[in-house]
Amino acid sequence: MPESPKADPGRSASNLPPLSLHIPEPRYRPGDTPDFGDIAIPAVDATPRPGEATKPDAMRELCYGLVRVLDFDGAAKGPWDPKLSPDRLRTMLRTMMLVRAFDDRMFRAQRQGKTSFYMKCTGEEATSVASTMAIDRTDMVFPSYRQQGVLITRDYPLIQMMNQIYSNRGDHLLGRQLPIMYSAPEHGFFSVSGNLATQYPQAVGWAMASASKGDNRIATTWCGEGSSAEGDFHSALTFATVYNAPVIFNVVNNQWAISSFSGFAGGERTTFAARAVGYGIAGLRVDGNDPLAVYAATQWAADRARTNNGPTLIEHFTYRAEGHSTSDDPSAYRAAQEASAWPFGDPIARLAQHLELLGEWDAERHAAQAKELDELVKTTQKQAEKLGILGHGMHQPFETMFQDVFEEMPWHLKEQCAQMLAEQEAKFGPNWKPE
Amino acid sequence: MMADQSKTMNMIEAINSAMDIMLERDPATVVMGEDVGFFGGVFRATAGLQKKHGKTRVFDTPINECGIIGVAVGMGAYGLRPVPEIQFADYIYPGLDQLVSEAARLRYRSANDFICPMTVRTPFGGGIFGGQTHSQSPESIMTHICGVKTVIPSNPYDAKGLLIAAIEDNDPVVFLEPKRIYNGPFSGYYDRPVEPWSKHDASAVPEGYYRIDLGKAATVREGEAVTVLAYGTMVHVAKTIIEEMGVDAEILDLRTLLPLDIEAIEASVRKTGRCLIIHEATRTSGFGAELAALVQERCFYHLEAPVERVTGFDTPYPHSLEWAYFPGPVRIATALTKILKD
Repeated sequence: MPESPKADPGRSASNLPPLSLHIPEPRYRPGDTPDFGDIAIPAVDATPRPGEATKPDAMRELCYGLVRVLDFDGAAKGPWDPKLSPDRLRTMLRTMMLVRAFDDRMFRAQRQGKTSFYMKCTGEEATSVASTMAIDRTDMVFPSYRQQGVLITRDYPLIQMMNQIYSNRGDHLLGRQLPIMYSAPEHGFFSVSGNLATQYPQAVGWAMASASKGDNRIATTWCGEGSSAEGDFHSALTFATVYNAPVIFNVVNNQWAISSFSGFAGGERTTFAARAVGYGIAGLRVDGNDPLAVYAATQWAADRARTNNGPTLIEHFTYRAEGHSTSDDPSAYRAAQEASAWPFGDPIARLAQHLELLGEWDAERHAAQAKELDELVKTTQKQAEKLGILGHGMHQPFETMFQDVFEEMPWHLKEQCAQMLAEQEAKFGPNWKPE
Repeated sequence: MMADQSKTMNMIEAINSAMDIMLERDPATVVMGEDVGFFGGVFRATAGLQKKHGKTRVFDTPINECGIIGVAVGMGAYGLRPVPEIQFADYIYPGLDQLVSEAARLRYRSANDFICPMTVRTPFGGGIFGGQTHSQSPESIMTHICGVKTVIPSNPYDAKGLLIAAIEDNDPVVFLEPKRIYNGPFSGYYDRPVEPWSKHDASAVPEGYYRIDLGKAATVREGEAVTVLAYGTMVHVAKTIIEEMGVDAEILDLRTLLPLDIEAIEASVRKTGRCLIIHEATRTSGFGAELAALVQERCFYHLEAPVERVTGFDTPYPHSLEWAYFPGPVRIATALTKILKD
């Protein structure tokens, strides 16, 4: 070991307190009573709505404010109110409720041993459903793993989602991917990776291609506040600002990345929307539990992108009301009452309340719809399970394991495939067929 | 497919011509990378292409390899055919996750919903006093990824035909360009004058379109005494030493490491009964280890001597001691003598 350099004479630091390393720590742990009273909540109409072509440096305060439309009594107010028709609002409500019913059912299916893994988006339904309603169906979504709401909003068949979750013989991904890693090109939904934030630069590339071809489609992409720490996030924002790409970056700040709170992604120092400032792109911070605010912000960003005014970063300020996944137990690291203490409430309840206030909805219809959706999911689930569930038999021909590594199978994969088929015959006899 | 008249080209010009032709033939082709646009690339491989094909087809990028490869994946999903350049293969590591977990896996994980028809061009290898960050040979990292093809040309004619085939391929291809031989074949004797490509037969390059299918090795020299497996710069170094020693060696230029031309390797080793593998990359877990294993598995009863490897050493590529590191004439001659005696 070389010796440390000697301090400059006359510049001794010995009279300073020693340095200390800051390790972020969430405010509440199991057993604590959470109090979010200090979260600044601007008045519902306090956040201005700039024109879609506004230069980013003229709207920086939006990165630190909060776009809101619904007040906590259910009234829509302020310049961001998208003024959707009651029918659109009911579609939004129904879709969010369907996402929740689907999540509940699939979570239970995992607990019943029918699949290996599931991830709910409870409390975050507005971030994917309302924002998808605000873009065109031909726009391309590069999702992370908690955007089932995008597929459901675009009417992707529930049974196909379930088939994928069960890796059964109806799974068009041939059982290759972990549950919920969907792929649906006809629904403008890119293949979910599982590696975090890798979809961010890909969305930029897609948007750049669209722009270079003189198309009018835009791209949107998603990550959590935790994965905004990945290099890919910063690569993407750099490319997006350099090429003024027509892309919307969504950061779902649900406060928790498995057991790491947002402080481990820099959340103690500034907002995630403020990442936009350094890149010189537009940033909006939105109440992610307010479906109308999410819709309005996304619509603003989509209009901006589509008119060659460049990218927008939207931070959806929300709360992950359930565990990270079926493999997670949040009671081990956070206070149990955090979700109920969250000051922004529940997005489904808030939209229902708004519709009720308009005289367009009531508790009875709500209960009936919840029941109807639950039945729909249950019926679909039965159909999907007829095509098999994970771990109960093998549902795909073995040789599918070797297909699609390349367009054409090279000799070494053909040899390995032949070896595997010989193993299959040794284990199961010559007449084995997928179950 | 041979095309019209030939012109004398060095490797840079041949590579430039391949991209020029693909930009012309296929409006989906885009070329991008650090310094590739107006300036034409630090090795001049893209010189003139932006002026001819326009800024949205040939453009500069931020210094961000993760972004370059990630953006190319998204462009491919849109329907473009991106040809990103990574300025030196040593710089590919920040983009490796996008290459391994995304580009290489996209077709498989989406069951053909999405493909990645991307060709990553990157100069590799030493011999230019590039130090440890401008000299590495990462080909075995690429072949270890399932889902990318790995191509290494050794002369202008092959470089153009292989690059066109790579760009037309619907799977991701890593196209490693041996930068030591961009301007002329290398004998292995660093203290001798550089010979230009114009004195080499393979510098006669058709001006138009032609392709050399991936996965096919070339027999550079026929022989009976020993099979030498090499690629890139080392093909020329091997040939020089073999001719100097007067050894009746058969030299196979592998050209594509994955998919590998195993038939050509087997046929040659069965004929000669001896196999020497030469690469510049570090030895341990290098591509030579894979070749040695394959030869042992498939040709064991034809072998008359242990398979030998001549490689770089398992150290970072040194700057001032570059020629002590490089698997040059002495190392190759020693191995040849040994394998012929055994």
